[in-house]
Amino acid sequence: MTWVVAIILTIGGLLVVLPFVWMIFSAFKTEGEVMQIPPTLFPKTFTLDNIRNLFANMNFTVYLRNTLIVVLCSFAGLFLNAMAGFGFAKYRFKGKDNLFLMVLATMMIPSQVTMIPVYLILNYMHLTNTMTGIVLPGLVGAFGIFLFRQFMSTIPDELLEATRLDGASEWRVFLQIILPISKPILAVQAILTFIAGWNSFLWPLIVANDEGLYTLSVGLSLLKGQYSGNYALQMAGSAFMVVPIIIIFVFFQRHIIENYSISGMK
Amino acid sequence: MKGATNSKAAYFFIGPTLLLLAVFSLVPIAIALVISFTNMDLTGLADYSAIRFVGFRNYIDVVADPIFVKSILNTLFYVVIGVPLVIAVSLAVALLINFGKNRLFEVFRVLYYMPSVTNVVAVAVVWGYLYNPSIGLFNFLLGKLHLAGVPWLTDPVMAKISLIILALWRGIGLNMIIFIAAIQGIPKSYYEAAQLDGANRWQQLFRITLPMLRFAIFFVSITTTIGWLQFFEEPFIMTNGGPLDSTTSVSLFIYRNGFQLSHFGYAAAGSFVLFAAIIVVTLVQFRLQRKDTDF
Repeated sequence: MTWVVAIILTIGGLLVVLPFVWMIFSAFKTEGEVMQIPPTLFPKTFTLDNIRNLFANMNFTVYLRNTLIVVLCSFAGLFLNAMAGFGFAKYRFKGKDNLFLMVLATMMIPSQVTMIPVYLILNYMHLTNTMTGIVLPGLVGAFGIFLFRQFMSTIPDELLEATRLDGASEWRVFLQIILPISKPILAVQAILTFIAGWNSFLWPLIVANDEGLYTLSVGLSLLKGQYSGNYALQMAGSAFMVVPIIIIFVFFQRHIIENYSISGMK
Repeated sequence: MKGATNSKAAYFFIGPTLLLLAVFSLVPIAIALVISFTNMDLTGLADYSAIRFVGFRNYIDVVADPIFVKSILNTLFYVVIGVPLVIAVSLAVALLINFGKNRLFEVFRVLYYMPSVTNVVAVAVVWGYLYNPSIGLFNFLLGKLHLAGVPWLTDPVMAKISLIILALWRGIGLNMIIFIAAIQGIPKSYYEAAQLDGANRWQQLFRITLPMLRFAIFFVSITTTIGWLQFFEEPFIMTNGGPLDSTTSVSLFIYRNGFQLSHFGYAAAGSFVLFAAIIVVTLVQFRLQRKDTDF
């Protein structure tokens, strides 16, 4: 019985990975071979020209730099989320419950409703077509705050009290006690933040008019429009976006999946 | 834990985040509502005095707009076919993966989850190539089986289905993980008791597993429905709404009117129609769920 299940899952699994396999092999084919019928699975002539082309002629160096800036800034956002999670988990203050409910409510707002006014707000602040404008609106998020709060409320108060009695400030309590203990949840959030930052598409597309501010996804969609016939180049661009994420994901998948198992259904 | 200093510290920790959430999530709703009653466009962006209050004009126009109506019907098509499909497939995969205990099944878990972490643009580019009518792999494989090629992205109905297949491929992973977590949360003693009573695997599945998964299924169906109501990236990148607006979703309609045509007021009105639809659908699902448990 287990064998039947394994065979079904293998067939399904092959279908799931087929687009990845096709993408990676096509990235190393020549433009002619990609268009060839019947199609080849393995490249007959293995070439790095497509990838070289992306960086030499297609501005992918700039897009990569912008994407890495977006990722770095989103880590600053992660830190703000952790601070807020701590604030909600470990302090009592006026309006706490209502404020937290308000934070959760923001998860239910569809992005289509906010994207036009957010664009207008950024325009009013003269931040359209700037890196700040790309990064700022997505810096913090309710889901992250929620996960940090859940985790940090399990840290015993006595531990914080002891540190305070030793004369530590609230800020030091956060940096030296809370953050080190929260390493597991920080790790998961860091991976998810990296993936989200690396993949960011719609907002950079809306805010950036200048090609010098495009992220990899925006650059890739531009490439698809301009070189719609050159599939080898498109596949190389796609592979360049997808392969790093797959490597990171396979390394850290256990953390992500376990995090969903813990927080997902409770 | 009491006193003025502590509560000051709390505001210091939550302050920056709350400020950002307020400016970029809460205030925008109010702004969107206001501009949905105005004729704001590119001229209004440059000069606020050019903005006129137009009452319900945008709402009346948008529901009479044939492309908007079409985008609603397309979105319904996506939701009606896509949501049950994603739930059924991810539940089936979760049950199958939970069946095995060795390393191989852990590999499957990673494999099926992989598409959901990858970049949507890259994925759409790859699938566009696979769907290509003349050089694409799918039609080549069909040809090998002596079947006629399929007009994947050029036929109005087939194009919608092609986008659903792509979104299904991307959507299995996350839901599957949620289902696996829920399955593993079912107490083992239930199955032991059932086995003592002589229940076979199918009886255990239908009498124990599925009923115990009711909350997980409810949770997944709500999040999936909300996700599909906002279906955007796939039609935007793969077909740009074509052919003949047959794949245009409501989100794509809003994006196009807002950011390509700069009809901010009109697009904002469209976005509130979508928002209302999401709220109604979610409330209906909550009602059905409650009836379900009463029963």
